[in-house]
Parts: sequence; C-alpha cells; structure tokens
Amino acid sequence: MKVTSKVIKYGDHVDTDVIIPARYLNTADPAELATHCMEDLDTDFKAKAETAKIVVAGRNFGCGSSREHAPIAIKASGIRLVIADSFARIFYRNSIDIGLPIVECPAAAAAIRDGDEVEADLDKGIILDRTTGQQFEATPFPAFIEEIIACGGIEEFVRAKISGKKA
Amino acid sequence: MGMTMTQKILARAAGVDSCKAGDLLMCRLNLVLGNDITAPVAINEFERMGATIVFDPARIALIPDHFVPNKDIKSATMAKQMRDFARAQKIVHYYEVGRVGIEHALLPEKGIVAPGEVIIGADSHTCTYGAVGAFSTGVGSTDMAVGMATGECWFKVPEAIRVVLKGKMKPYVSGKDVILHLIGQIGVDGALYQSLEFCGEGVASISMDGRLTIANMAIEAGAKNGIFPVDDVCRAYLKDRVTRPWEAFEPDADAVYAREVEIDLDQLELTVALPHLPENTRLARECTDMTIDQAVIGSCTNGRIEDMRMAARILKGHKVAENVRCIVIPGTQQVVKDCLAEGLVDIFIDAGAIFTMPTCGPCLGGFCGVLAEGERAVSTTNRNFVGRMGHKKSEIILASPAVAAASAIMGRIATPEEVMA
Repeated sequence: MKVTSKVIKYGDHVDTDVIIPARYLNTADPAELATHCMEDLDTDFKAKAETAKIVVAGRNFGCGSSREHAPIAIKASGIRLVIADSFARIFYRNSIDIGLPIVECPAAAAAIRDGDEVEADLDKGIILDRTTGQQFEATPFPAFIEEIIACGGIEEFVRAKISGKKA
Repeated sequence: MGMTMTQKILARAAGVDSCKAGDLLMCRLNLVLGNDITAPVAINEFERMGATIVFDPARIALIPDHFVPNKDIKSATMAKQMRDFARAQKIVHYYEVGRVGIEHALLPEKGIVAPGEVIIGADSHTCTYGAVGAFSTGVGSTDMAVGMATGECWFKVPEAIRVVLKGKMKPYVSGKDVILHLIGQIGVDGALYQSLEFCGEGVASISMDGRLTIANMAIEAGAKNGIFPVDDVCRAYLKDRVTRPWEAFEPDADAVYAREVEIDLDQLELTVALPHLPENTRLARECTDMTIDQAVIGSCTNGRIEDMRMAARILKGHKVAENVRCIVIPGTQQVVKDCLAEGLVDIFIDAGAIFTMPTCGPCLGGFCGVLAEGERAVSTTNRNFVGRMGHKKSEIILASPAVAAASAIMGRIATPEEVMA
C-alpha cells in the first residue's frame, strides 16, 4: 500500500481528548465525529485535511482515553496514514482494528516538517520525504496486519474470513 | 527465566507454562467491560461481525456511568442502546441508574474483579483492578466486541517496571501523591507498552482505596497495566466481596524487569500536576499562588469512601471560598450511603459544597461541572489534557482529595496544613 500526500505535523503526546473531545462522544457516527476532529489542538485541521492525508507526530500519539472514536474520527477525516515517533498502546491497537494505517518511525517523525510532500510505501516500510529528499526505513507491517487494513478493519477482515470459509 | 506477576497471569490464561516479554498469547477472559460511551460502538461492531450471542452473560459488565443520568438526547440514545443489548443478552453485570456507580469504583466494591483474573475494558482506566492483583487493561470498542463474542483476546506479553515502595506515607499524603510523583518521575510515556509492578515493604501501609487510585493512573504513564501483590490488606478487602475461588500470583525471585524505580514514601510530599500533562508535577506547597474557580472531588480515581472521608476531614468546620464551586462526586451508591451514615454529607453541604450522584460527569467534560474559557479547576481526577474538563482554554490541576479540599477552602492551591489547626 502506498500513500503520497502533503503532511500535517504535530508534537508529542497528542491525546485522544484533543483528537476528539468527549463533548462530542454522544454519537458514534464517523462523519459527525470527523467534523470535530483535532479542533481543540488545531482549528485548521479540517481545511488542511482536504489536501493533506498524512499526519506526522512525535512521541506517545493517541495517549489517554481508550475511545475508539479517536482513530475513527481521524480516518473519517480522510487521513490515510499516521507516522509517529511512538504511539500509545490502546490507540495503536484501535487503529489497526479499524483499518487506519499507522507507522512508528522516530527518524521520520523527527525530520519530516509540516507541509512536506511524503511518499510512504507501507509494504516495503520506506518513507520518502519528497520535499527534502530524505528517506527513512520503518518496519513493514506483517501480512496479516496489512490484510486487516486492506479490508478496512478487523471486523471486515473477520467477516471476509467467515464468508470465505463458508464459500 | 523468571516471570513477573503479569506474565504469570497471562501464561495461565493462555494455558501455557511460561511466557516472556514479546510473546503473543491468546488469553481467556474473566471479564469484558464497557460503558455508555464505548459499548454502543462495540455493540455495533459485535452485530456487524455477525455475532448474535455473547460468550458468557455473567462475564460481561455493561456500566452506564459517563453521561448518565442521561445528559442529553444523544446520550440517552446511546445509554438505551446499551440497556437494550444488556436485556436481550441477559447480561448479569448491568446496573441501572440508581444501582450503578462509576465503573472502576463499582466493580472492585462488588467483588466482580479478583486476583489472577484477566480483564479487558473499553475504558482506559480498566487498569484499576491491578490493585486486587488482576491483570486488567484498557482496549478499544472493537477488541471489546471480539471479547464479548469469543471470550478471548490476544496480548503481547509486556515487560515490566518494578516500582519499589519503601517506608510509610506522612499524614495527608495518599495514593494519589504516589502515582502523581511516579508519573512526574518517569513521564506520561515512561511505561509505554510495559507493566508497572508495585512491590516493597511500603505496600503494606497503603490502603486498598489508595492502591486502587495508584493502579487507576498506571495508564497515565502509558502502562499496559499496573499491579499490586495480594497481601493481607487485599485479602481482608476481598473477604465477603469475592466468593468464587481465585488465585494470587507473586513474581518469581529471578523475574526480569526492564528497570527499577524506588519511591521513598517517608519523603513523599503532597503533589499536584499542572496543566496540561499528568507528568507536569510540582509539590502542592510550591503552587499556592495558583487561584482556582472549581474543585472537583471524585471520579474513578478518587471517588471512594476514604477519599470522601479525607475531603470531609479537611472541609469540616470550614467554608468553601466564595469564588469557588466545590463539587463532591461519590463513586458508587454504597459510597453515598456510607457518606450519609458517617455524617459526611452534612459536612460537605455545611461547607458550601455540592454533593452529587455518582457519575464520571465533569472528569471528561461531560456535564455536572464543565469549565468555561479561562477557568481553572483543581481536581482529583486523572487527566489534565487541553479541553478535558470543558473549554480548550480552561485548566486542570490534578491533586489528591486532601489538597483539593484545602484548595476549595483557600480559593487557591493549598495544603491541608494551611487550614487544619
């Protein structure tokens, strides 16, 4: 899977309360959640996400609340990849479960700047900053994780497996 | 190679003799938990997966606590979805408003969690149950859905940080100060992907309510779980609460730890965390110039009877400062009854505080104490992230019930010594 796009850059410890504030958790509708994604951190996120499809952040991205609404809101905002120095563990698991590609790559997270054009090849684990020409290596996903993401999440992955067995 | 407490529990639940950090295990679950915010998402996933029946209606807990009693129509709709599911699936541990409390206060109180058990919950503070020697960790709604359908969950076996507690805490110092101090020391990602395993002679002097507070905030250091050994204090707590058989696990003498951190309880002082990260800790006595608009005493972190007693002890005979709203939120209906029986409610009301129903309410900016732009609260809750309790330009200072109560009286961050004769 390849993603090529402009980057939105954030710092360390972006928590799930700023990704989707709890005042909007009275709904589970992805489209509605997306309209409030990141609004306490970056009021321009929605406008930026129209053209930028990659978020790059620092340490411990997605820390705090276990709300799956957070990766759901990011995905529904049109973001196709999150690269970070590290992820909080519940967010990491949730992202794979719902089919939001995420990659841990400290070198890329440190070097890539806001607005850079980045090309990421998740199968090979190669991240290229086209703006600066720098290239970074991340551990590629194992096949089953890639399959989960390609299916759009673990629910679709499981359903595909079940129907495959039946067929 | 020796195993940690966490590793032993996971190995047993997976049906293997041993395991080491990094192993992937499929474990049987003793309990799957969800609340009125996370369970509706999980129920949708459960149904979309094609599941029709939960693996065991006695091993699922559905707890309406975040936005209940329903704060608005949308919240009411989500609470109703969970209630309908609970009824249809005959969920044993569904508690209705009037019988319910804050999930992480309610489940230990009712003996629904026990030593050696493996528990997942679609709520990050599920790690609370490590206080009774269980492995418990927060997950998302999808993992909860899979857990409800299959009774299993896969885990990557964590390595652990050994937290050695020495000595005994001074008066007014509590479990909240222990965990805030630890988070300040190792950072909000200091235990990322790891267990926090507490040990040492200092454990014995910490009450169960204190241990529940400490384990509750393990996630605030990024930890997968926090866990205490099962000692006499814990056994006394479990007696009459847990009637089913359980097994406690001790770490092997040659267990391997990623690192060791020592906390000298004798030296520990009242600690607060300034906006906007729990790692931003200071001594309370260094922050007495910070004024407050609101004091919140409660939550899954500090809404137990001991917390209420401490707050009442400080507030007794005093008045909440004129410019401060002091909101006391008991964790469960049993805590409410105990507060009534012990005369604490009179103390709170006479001091000019409000005593509410059990709810997560303001902790996550839900209702019952949301902050306006520019306001600052001292709060016994667990997170002081931007916008957590309301407006993105509001501030939260995390503290113990003793510091929150003293601060409510003084209208600024204060220590109990300042108000107690």
